[in-house]
Amino acid sequence: MELTLFLVGLIAATLRVATPLIFGTLGELFSERSGVLNLGIEGIMFLGAFTGFAVAAKTGSLWIGLLGAIVAGGLAGMLMALLSVRLGVNQHVSGLGITLLATGISLYSFRVIFGESKIPPSIEPFPMLPILPELHVLAPITNQYLLTYIGIAMIAVVWWVIGKTRFGLQIRAVGENPEAADAAGLNVYAIRTRALVIGGALMAVGGAFLTLAQLGSFTFGIIAGRGWVCIALIIFANWQSVNVLFGALIFGGVQALQLRLQTLGFKLPYELFLSLPYVVTIIALTLAGRNASAPSALLKAYRRE
Amino acid sequence: MLKYKIERAPAPVWMRTLIPLIAIPVTFLITSIIILLDGANPITAYYHFIISPLAGKASAIEVLVKSTPLLLTGAAVAFAFNSGYWNIGAEGQLYAGAIAAAWIGMTLKDVPPIIGIPAMVLGGFAGGMLWAFPSAILKVKLNVDEVVTTLLMNSIVLNVTSFLLNGPWRDPVSMWPQSPEIAAGTVFFKLIPRTRLHFGIILAVLIIIITWFVIKRTSFGLKMRAIGLSREGAHFAGIKVNKTVLTVALVSGGIAGIAGAGEVAGIHFHLIDAISDGLGYSGIIIATLGGLHPFGVGLAALFIGLIDTGAQTVARQMGVPVYLGDVVQSTLLLVTLSLFVLQNYRIRRVK
Repeated sequence: MELTLFLVGLIAATLRVATPLIFGTLGELFSERSGVLNLGIEGIMFLGAFTGFAVAAKTGSLWIGLLGAIVAGGLAGMLMALLSVRLGVNQHVSGLGITLLATGISLYSFRVIFGESKIPPSIEPFPMLPILPELHVLAPITNQYLLTYIGIAMIAVVWWVIGKTRFGLQIRAVGENPEAADAAGLNVYAIRTRALVIGGALMAVGGAFLTLAQLGSFTFGIIAGRGWVCIALIIFANWQSVNVLFGALIFGGVQALQLRLQTLGFKLPYELFLSLPYVVTIIALTLAGRNASAPSALLKAYRRE
Repeated sequence: MLKYKIERAPAPVWMRTLIPLIAIPVTFLITSIIILLDGANPITAYYHFIISPLAGKASAIEVLVKSTPLLLTGAAVAFAFNSGYWNIGAEGQLYAGAIAAAWIGMTLKDVPPIIGIPAMVLGGFAGGMLWAFPSAILKVKLNVDEVVTTLLMNSIVLNVTSFLLNGPWRDPVSMWPQSPEIAAGTVFFKLIPRTRLHFGIILAVLIIIITWFVIKRTSFGLKMRAIGLSREGAHFAGIKVNKTVLTVALVSGGIAGIAGAGEVAGIHFHLIDAISDGLGYSGIIIATLGGLHPFGVGLAALFIGLIDTGAQTVARQMGVPVYLGDVVQSTLLLVTLSLFVLQNYRIRRVK
């Protein structure tokens, strides 16, 4: 019984930790499959967390808050597209610039809107879905936030969009060989821009999950490198949407296990556990070689001469 | 009907030096929108931003204090970028340098400054180099993209720092997670008494001059720049590309590490979690703003140091959130990047 409770709790926590990572990684997947590495992810998730919270707090509606986050993320994706696609600015530096800008604007606006109060402002977050009665042994696993379910469903949606639709084919085409795509009559700039806007919106939802569902409040350390974890996960997932689920669950699982063992009184160097996904990714990169399955045109700005 | 066509037309070289100067007013114009949203007057705000800090002696010195690590991270990033090695990891290398310096400062007990200070500098350099090593060796041996690995190394070192401060290195007498104070002989001496300005700035200026000399005046620098222009071209010209890139990457990490050592030995005297708070990322802004030229980097670092100080003045004087400084810095980066590209285009009327 002890063990069952422990495992149920672990699985439930794993799903919660994995949710923002799933959204973030799917967002990055859209960007990278179209040929753009979006290092703005860390800041866009932060912007999503902030915008979702601020809009929800001011309108009183969590759903409008979520919509606000989606719009903000889409706009940030569009700015990234303007810089890296239209102008052809170096993707690393412009992405980092977006991260710094999105973070700065969020911090600034938070102070303007909420002031410097001692007690951090909070909202009533999304409830967990009452799928099973509260006392059922499996209830902690099934009774998750709606956004967690949406996130898992989104993996299937993204798999379908990128793999099976015309739009997905266009994204892959401009990500693999923009010259050929252009010759075939595709507008490389427009397709990459759309991919970045969708990607930005997904990243922002990942951030908004934290404020609107999991925490109900906004703190300055809320994203704490989750965006960089997504950059790692996408390599780990070999740019395949379905693998994103496994990557996010494995990382979420390690994280949840570490938290649980700590509350049980085990003395663990948990900070070193937190480094694991990064170390694993560097090893994975070393073994596979990044260029093996990355989109061929990743990091290359396309110039129409 | 009249039609306009955008076409590529490389701008003259002197344009490159003008661009940061054009970018600054453009940035101020853009960021004044969010100052207005806060109900403040942008002109007053910018007065406090860039004039006030220079008006008083204490705050002008503080600008130099803030610029000290920025000169080094800017130089580190520019050094790597010159040869096309995209070191995004100055932040992590700075932390590694700070850890190494804190260790030396804790280990050496009774040393005279003549030994203690060089030990800190070399320790910082070695720490940063060590942290840059995995990404560098993977790049040259297996062609693993350095952007992702240097970025991930940043996240790892943050966890290592917090592990050390909450565990083995935690100072038992302190309320905060910080390492014990470093030995007196390893503290960087003050340049002006009762200010925070320390020996680090002399070191930083010296390193700026050395990187300039290496990049512009030595055959090694010529190789670096050749690789930066075209890796294949450099290879065919007989340059040992891998060996050069490895050296550049390690030296770049080392310079960033010295910035970390300086923060420990000159400002905090402990290792703390927030030893940097983005100085390495600001280094990327500074390198870009300075056009990757060491002297440009020097000016850009002073300017960003001014903005960092100014943001605090604006916050104090007008109640505008201090994060305005971050917004201005990042906007300046994006505007400069855009202008560097746009200078190569002309709009021409075609019939």
